[in-house]
Amino acid sequence: MSVLILLIAFSILIAGGFLFAFIWSVKKGQYDDDYTPSVRMLFDDNPTDSTASSLTPKQK
Amino acid sequence: MQQLERFQYDNKIVRNFAYATIIWGIVGMLVGLWVALQLVFPKELNLQPLFSFGRIRPLHTNAVIFAFVGNGIFMGYYYSLQRLLKTRMASDLLSKIHFWGWQLIIVAAAVTLPLGITTSKEYAELEWPIDIAITIIWVVFGWNMFATILKRRERHLYVAIWFYIATFVTVAVLHIVNSFELPVSLTKSYSWYAGVQDALVQWWYGHNAVAFFLTTPYLGLMYYFMPKAANRPVYSYKLSIIHFWALIFIYIWAGPHHLLYSALPNWAQSLGVVFSFTLIFPSWGGMINGLLTLRGAWDRVREDVILKFMVVAVTAYGMATFEGPMLSLKTINAISHFTDWTIAHVHVGGLGWNGMLTFGILYWLIPRIFKTDLYSKRLANVHFWIATLGILFYAIPMYWAGFTQASMWKQFNESGNLAYPQFVETVTYLRPFYAVRSLGGLLFVFGALLMMYNLLKTVARGKLVANEDAEAPALEKIYHTHKGEHWHRWIERRPVRFLIVTLVVILIGGIVELVPTFLVKSNVPTIASVKPYTPLELQGRDLYIREGCYTCHSQMIRPFRSETERYGEYSKAGEFVYDHPFQWGSKRTGPDLAREGAGNNRKNNLWHFNHLDDPQVVTPGSVMPSYSFMIDKKLDTSTTAAKIRAMQKLGVPYEKGYDQLANKDLVKQAKTIAEDLAASEVNVPSDREIIAIIAYLQRLGTDIEKSKTAQTKN
Repeated sequence: MSVLILLIAFSILIAGGFLFAFIWSVKKGQYDDDYTPSVRMLFDDNPTDSTASSLTPKQK
Repeated sequence: MQQLERFQYDNKIVRNFAYATIIWGIVGMLVGLWVALQLVFPKELNLQPLFSFGRIRPLHTNAVIFAFVGNGIFMGYYYSLQRLLKTRMASDLLSKIHFWGWQLIIVAAAVTLPLGITTSKEYAELEWPIDIAITIIWVVFGWNMFATILKRRERHLYVAIWFYIATFVTVAVLHIVNSFELPVSLTKSYSWYAGVQDALVQWWYGHNAVAFFLTTPYLGLMYYFMPKAANRPVYSYKLSIIHFWALIFIYIWAGPHHLLYSALPNWAQSLGVVFSFTLIFPSWGGMINGLLTLRGAWDRVREDVILKFMVVAVTAYGMATFEGPMLSLKTINAISHFTDWTIAHVHVGGLGWNGMLTFGILYWLIPRIFKTDLYSKRLANVHFWIATLGILFYAIPMYWAGFTQASMWKQFNESGNLAYPQFVETVTYLRPFYAVRSLGGLLFVFGALLMMYNLLKTVARGKLVANEDAEAPALEKIYHTHKGEHWHRWIERRPVRFLIVTLVVILIGGIVELVPTFLVKSNVPTIASVKPYTPLELQGRDLYIREGCYTCHSQMIRPFRSETERYGEYSKAGEFVYDHPFQWGSKRTGPDLAREGAGNNRKNNLWHFNHLDDPQVVTPGSVMPSYSFMIDKKLDTSTTAAKIRAMQKLGVPYEKGYDQLANKDLVKQAKTIAEDLAASEVNVPSDREIIAIIAYLQRLGTDIEKSKTAQTKN
């Protein structure tokens, strides 16, 4: 059982490190692009002859 | 400009999962309707032994969670993942193995649960060979997902994919940890944990099954299918990132709210409350993000039936995730716990959030992969209204019933005695509510049948595009980071690292709550008079587990005067140290049984015999199924030795070599009970199952009584 305890202690240590990194980066970070992905997913990738027309979302 | 690559999306796997979702959904709902009606017509609808309430209620929960919602997750996931990553699934073979493996597991569940092969741990009732199969298939699913992520043509991982990843990782950990069990035979195992610890692990799992099977994957689906159906981007992409991290981090800590006022250490309960309450913020982040996606497009909701389904789904999610934190407050939980309130709560989530979102996705997706239009929008509209009405007819009577039930349990009269001392009084009062609830269920199933018809017609007029052509530029090989880039991008580009981060984040929560109870011995005060079960009682206990008695009877007396008056001394952690698995239950359709054999609750053997034979004769108005088959069925004593050995391995202090002597003791104790019954002119051979279960019921709660008599003597 003591092996388990040791493993767990290490896990917490690593996890704490990640948590720290997480909070630190949230405070420091900025979103460089928090918009495009939400629009990009609306486009379908149906093959087209001209690449230009694929830039408009397909209207149903 | 990068060279455009041509490839094909696999729609066949999507179709298969869609069909499975519809079929299992209807099966699971029908079983639900059946168990609901069993509470209205207990004599007619409890077909013993295979289809009695205790055996098929777990079938209902397992079917709707893992078969209906499970297949729904995979349907949406196979459709959206390919498109979001602009690539076909990494391996069609793995997709196929995943599909058929999952269906086989469901069939195995549908066969074993009515046979009484169960671990009795809620939503994890399936026995160990099936647990192993689940693990393997889950790995296949994950492998395929990560391999697909690695060969993607889109650098950025859309928010939905994070939800899928978190789901995969967390469910894997939860399932494995909760399924630690020691096999006794191919169809029987004992939980590795006992009593309080088993309860904590179980509800850590149980709550997170709700979180990571019914919530996070469906949020992922919401983030894909709702913008798609509305053809507008999600309200705030930033919010989706924030609420994702907050949600997975907090969810894992909430489990103990299922054990408030139980024998779980109080600090663990409080921790659970704090985090459960905090959950309202990330949950509502998702709800608000979903609803606001439709800002400025509400006129379309009036016309588009798919959006209607989705709006109701997200609204139900919002209501359920408001109610959840409220229910986890101790003051409210004191009222709601063990009542039908919980049932109402889960069905707002299950029918509303999962059900309605699945229907919306199916109506959107099936016509698309069959390159046709929906057969009848009118019919879909009818379905929408029937299903919405069904939810109301289900939830309102159950809320009402739950509140009524709690009030009746807790009501004292002027002289300070329980106003309703007979538990059955509350049961009789609730039966009309159960009837209306069944009507709600019936409406919901009927709606689902309409959908099946509508979609079958749609399929018939179209043709499956098994491999859908697509085209996208190849992924640039080298990624140039640019200054000012957000940290989150770093993770998004690295799925494997992302997996590790997610794993670690969810583990912290689990570990911090689980470890101390394992380590701190003082959490489980040992009571000297608590002794291991006799072999007959142990066998009887396994029958109690087999019949799913825990689905209606708790074994946990909370420290309230209304409960100690009714059931006796409140439950102590030390009383459960030999309980592999624990049997605290989560619902009191019948009375608590923690002290069934002790104090004022104690009944004679004859009472138990007659009651198990025909509950309605002994307790008019009871909704309990009859267990008369146990009078005829011989107790299988060939397993006794193996069971004792397993218990020894788990730390239960039977003397060395007792496994060989156990059956002798068993026969002796059985004879005493049979003789006692014979004295009351009930002649039943001592080798029958009913003797064993009576022995177990008579044992319940007696340990602590012994310690009390010892104390007074001193």
